[in-house]
Formats: sequence, structure tokens, C-alpha cells
Amino acid sequence: MARIDIEDVAHRYTADAAWAVDALTHSFRDGSASAILGPSGCGKTTLLSILSGLLHPTRGTLRIDGREATGLPPRQRKIAQVFQFPVVYEAMTVFENLAFPLRNGGMAKDEVKTRVKATAELLGLTASLDRRASGLSADEQQIVSLGRGLIRPDTAALLLDEPLTVIDPLRRWEIRQKLRHVHQETNATLVYVTHDQTEALTFADEVVVMDQGRVMQVGTPRELFETPKHAFVGHFIGSPGMNFLPCRLAGRELLVDGHRLPVDRNAFTDPGSGELELGIRPEFLELAREEVDGALPVRIRSASALGDHHLVRVALGERPLQVRVPDGTPIPTECGFLRFPPEWIRLYRDGRLLT
Amino acid sequence: MTLCLEGVARGGLAGIDFELEDGSLTVLLGPTGAGKTSLLRLMAGLDKPAAGRVTQGGVDVHRVTPRQRKVGFVHQRFVNYPAKTVYENIAAPLRQAQRVSRSEVDAKVRAIAEMLRIDGLLERRPSELSGGQQQRTALARALTREGGLLLLDEPLVNLDYKLREELGAELRAIFARRSATLVFATSDPSEALALGGRTLVLDAGRVLQTGSAIDVYRRPASVRVGELTSVPPMNWISGRLASGRLQLEPSSEVVRPSQFEALPDGAYRFGVRPHHLQLDPSSPHSLKLTATVELSELSGSETFLHLRPADAGRAPLVAHQAGTRPRSIGERVDVFIDPKRLHAFDEAGRLAAASGL
Repeated sequence: MARIDIEDVAHRYTADAAWAVDALTHSFRDGSASAILGPSGCGKTTLLSILSGLLHPTRGTLRIDGREATGLPPRQRKIAQVFQFPVVYEAMTVFENLAFPLRNGGMAKDEVKTRVKATAELLGLTASLDRRASGLSADEQQIVSLGRGLIRPDTAALLLDEPLTVIDPLRRWEIRQKLRHVHQETNATLVYVTHDQTEALTFADEVVVMDQGRVMQVGTPRELFETPKHAFVGHFIGSPGMNFLPCRLAGRELLVDGHRLPVDRNAFTDPGSGELELGIRPEFLELAREEVDGALPVRIRSASALGDHHLVRVALGERPLQVRVPDGTPIPTECGFLRFPPEWIRLYRDGRLLT
Repeated sequence: MTLCLEGVARGGLAGIDFELEDGSLTVLLGPTGAGKTSLLRLMAGLDKPAAGRVTQGGVDVHRVTPRQRKVGFVHQRFVNYPAKTVYENIAAPLRQAQRVSRSEVDAKVRAIAEMLRIDGLLERRPSELSGGQQQRTALARALTREGGLLLLDEPLVNLDYKLREELGAELRAIFARRSATLVFATSDPSEALALGGRTLVLDAGRVLQTGSAIDVYRRPASVRVGELTSVPPMNWISGRLASGRLQLEPSSEVVRPSQFEALPDGAYRFGVRPHHLQLDPSSPHSLKLTATVELSELSGSETFLHLRPADAGRAPLVAHQAGTRPRSIGERVDVFIDPKRLHAFDEAGRLAAASGL
């Protein structure tokens, strides 16, 4: 497949509107599985339309395999797309649905057959080839849509626009598994757009997190989870998101709500004076019943059993915090002690990570 | 007034028997096509059962209009008044109730709008809102009403993930403050757990189990309930109980764990949740299975390993590990299970004994 580069791309729908996307520069590497993740209105659908050619950006350039493609119409880009709702011809069989894009491209009969069989094999559709698409469930239809996107040998990239929207949570799991498998087998360039962090993080090797038309961070799932560069990323990634507390730096310690916490001073340069925010993931806080060294006293507000973990809401003074406690760990009832492991404390000034 | 369903059948639904107490919260959990919407429509009195009765305070519900019964219904596809502002959309049921004063209406509308984070949009019309904002407007309107029966059909399904997560947590508190009898349909097991209340597991038109969300999760009455109550679903491992032992395969055998003490010898399907498959032995008494990694999914905070057991007759397994623990495709791994974590199901798929922890 192909590599797609966008450089300083910006778009607004009318001359006096706000920028729907602004100053985006990014490379989708050949054979990569990327995700574009962000809330409604972050600009991810606009970006997708720019990639597919449905929108001509107000500014900036787009290259496919190094060739200028900003003004190229969708058909000539060879970029396939899978949408929220399955796009299949219900009156046709699965075989005919898969063969359609190939026959349209004038491929020889034998070659069509070989290619349809190979794609069906890859997606586990072999047994369904003779079934009519109208008789398939939503998840099966979506897999056929995926097959139609992948089937042309000259496809440059496949864009997936929230492809699991109409799929049951239990089935989503299976389709995600299938997508990863397809990526491993074909090395297709895949771009997956979603607001769902689980889908983005488990699908992609590289995730582009967007908010208000801008890229907030590009990173591996692990980087986004462990070291969010913006408070927004800390909040948006993770269930629930990162906890934030106002704090001040005093020498080798942080002052938080009148308490002192040790920090790793080698982790960032001197931020000067002024208000900072401490960020820490609910997974990394350690809640104990008895006082342990360096732990702060908290009140337990509530605890919900959520299956594989408990979500405990605590208060440090008046400040609320959420703690994720693995199933089977004892939870204190009224008061407890909360340890902030220094290696997991992140500091933010004006929403930006101090490094 | 208790809502009673007795031997109700219609379409794919059959043999539905349960009661909803006044002011209670019930979560209908089931996959698409389970019959959730059909069941809600029967409770609303919109459809008549082909067999059995739906009664409230002893009166057949379809004999009374939904308005008289104070039934609210929030659909998966939201419905708003297109010509009214968000404010008027939310205020509509309060205005119909008459006895509510203007200032009281205003206070209620603003309070519920704030809870659902649409307080900045009150002067807009539905056409100027995103899908998620329209859905929250419909939800706000339904929640202004006190008392009666409120039926919510997958109301969060079209919302952004983050909003769904936050609203899910808040709805628990919002619901607790309502005097209405609430029924919330969802296909997402984590939503059922987050909402709490009583869970009713529905599949293929039948009620499979009722109980508190966490009890259903911890003691699934059947193989199917085990599958429907977590994502990824419960793992299945066939094995035997023989004299004092539990055997998974010739090489993996342990002393029979205490929860299975009373069970007769024989073949069983053992169920274990994905987060109880370990890659390190947690105790010297752990069971061990050998498997090949087929796929490893990383979410930053968690790792999902899809495993193919070396024993060809076994079903694939999914191990859910905390932290980032990547493994290469094709790598052979040993999977350990604390035998106390196993549930046993009989050949008919019914729970024989739940996990001992």
C-alpha cells in the first residue's frame, strides 16, 4: 500500500468559521495501523474527508507516496473507506459484493475469483460466499464492507470511520481481533477514526489524539497512557481519566493541599514558581488501610464493584480523586491512606506536561 | 404501584415473569436481538402481550394511557420537539403537569441541564445540536418527571465514549435521587455494573438470570450468562473432577479446590474470567496450560492476549493483564489459573458451583 503525508493542513467550512482542523502535519507510514482519536467536534471527520478527497483543505498539502495529491479527486486516490454503517448490496451474494469493486475495475474473471477467495479466507467469509448479504447480521455485513475495502490490489490505504458503531459490544471484540489479523497478514496502511479509546488503543500502533482541530499528541498507546503531554490527553485516555490536583513545588517535594509529597526532581527541569497541577492515573494510586510511609490520609466516599476492578472515590481534604483497585484487594471503609508513587507523578503547567 | 409481568409472551419473548418495585432500578442486559426493546414496549403498554399479563397496581397496563400512568420512554434514536428550544424541550412535561410554578420549572430545567452538561445550550434548537447533545436533551426531558415509570432503551449508545463513561457514573447518582421506577436497557456489561441496581439478563427472548449486577457477574447461572456479562467473555476450559482431584489435562492436575468439594465426579466446563488467567504462577497450586500467542492487544494500561491452547481440542482463551505486557505472535506461553477462581458448569451449561473467591 502507500504512505500518506499531510503538511500544515487546515480547513474551515466558511471564511468566518473557526478552523475545523488547524496546522496538522503528520505521516501515515506505509503499512502502519494508525488511529485518529478525539471527542465529537475535534476535527477527526474533517481530517478523514481531506484524506479521502471529499474535502479540499483550505490550506496545506497532501502527498500519497510522495506525489502531490491535494487536488486529486477521490476515485484517483485509490483510498478505500469503511463507514459507520455497512455498505453492501443486499440483493447480491457475499461473493458478488466482494467481486464488485474488481469487476468495476475491469479485472479478468479468473483473477477476480482468486482474489475474492483469498480475501474471504482472510476474513473468515469462505463459508458465507454464496449467501445473500441481506441475510447477514450487522457485524457480518460490516466484515463484508471491510473485505470490499481491502480487495483491490492497487488500494493505497483503507480508512475506517467509526466502523463498530452499530456492532454489539461482544461482537466488537471479534471484529477488532479480525482487523488486527488483517493488518498482520496484509500490511495494509490503515487509518481508524474513532472517539472510543479502547478501539483506538487496541487497534493502532500509533494514535493521533485530537481536540478542537489540533493534534494534542501522537504516540503509542503506552506513551499516551503513561506520559500524556497534555492534561486533555490525560483526561481523555484511560477509564476514568487522570486525576489532577493543584500543587506547588518546594525543593524536592510537592505541596498538595497542605501535605508534602516526594517527587522525582530529575524527571523535569525547574518550572520556576507558580501554580502547577499534579496528574496521576487512577491505576497508579495505591490505597491502603494502614498508614504507610509517604501516604496521605483520605476519606472514602464510595466504592463500586465493576467486575475485574473496584472504582473507589476518595477525598483528599476537599479534593476528589478516583482510584482503580484490582478485584480481590481489600478496600478501607471510611478512611484510608493514599500513596502517590513518585515515578507515576506527572506535572502540568497550563495543561502542558513539564519535561 | 408494583409493575408485574406474569407469563408474558409476544414475538420472540416467552415466559417472562418478574416484578418491578416502586422506585427501583432494573438494568436489562442482553445482546442485540435479545428482545430488550420489545420488553420495554410491553412494559410501556404500547404493545399487548400475546399471552400473560402486564399489570400495574392490579390493572392491565394497556387499559390505561401511558400519560395517565406517567410512563416516559427514551429511545436509542432520540426524539425532541424540533421547533422548541432545548429549554422548552426539557420543560415540556413539567408544563403539562400544570401545578408546577414558573420558577420551579426554571430551577428544575437548569438543574437537570447542568447535570447533563447542556446548560450552555438551553436557547438552541435541536437542529443546532450534535447527536450526543440531542440525546442528552431527550434524557433531560425524561428525567424532569417525578414518579411513574421511566424506560430507557440504550440511551447512551450513540454518545461519545468519554461522555458515556462520565454519564454512566453520574446516572447512578441521578437515578438514586429520582422517585421513578427505572428500567435501563443495555448490551454493554460494564454499563450494567456501573449503574448498579438489579440486573436482568435477557437472551433470545428469555430471562436467563436476575440479581444484583455484581452477583450476576460473580455467579453466572449458566454458560451463556458467563459469556454475556463481561467483555471479553468468560473463558471455557473442559476438564474433570475425579476423586480428590481437578484435572485439565494429564499434565495439569491439582487438589480439588474447596468450592467443588460437594460436586459429583465427572466432566465439567470450567469458566474463568480473562483477568484471572495469569502469565506467572500466583501460587504453587496454580493450574497450568500451554498456549501460543495469536494476537496481543495493548491499550496502554492493559494487555489482552489472545491464546490458542497447545491442546488442539481446546477453545481459544483471552488473558487480560494489567500493564503493558507485549508478547510476540507465535510465542509459546504458560498460562496459570488459581483453581479457586474457577466456576464449574454441568453438561447442560448450568452453574454447578461458583468460584470460591
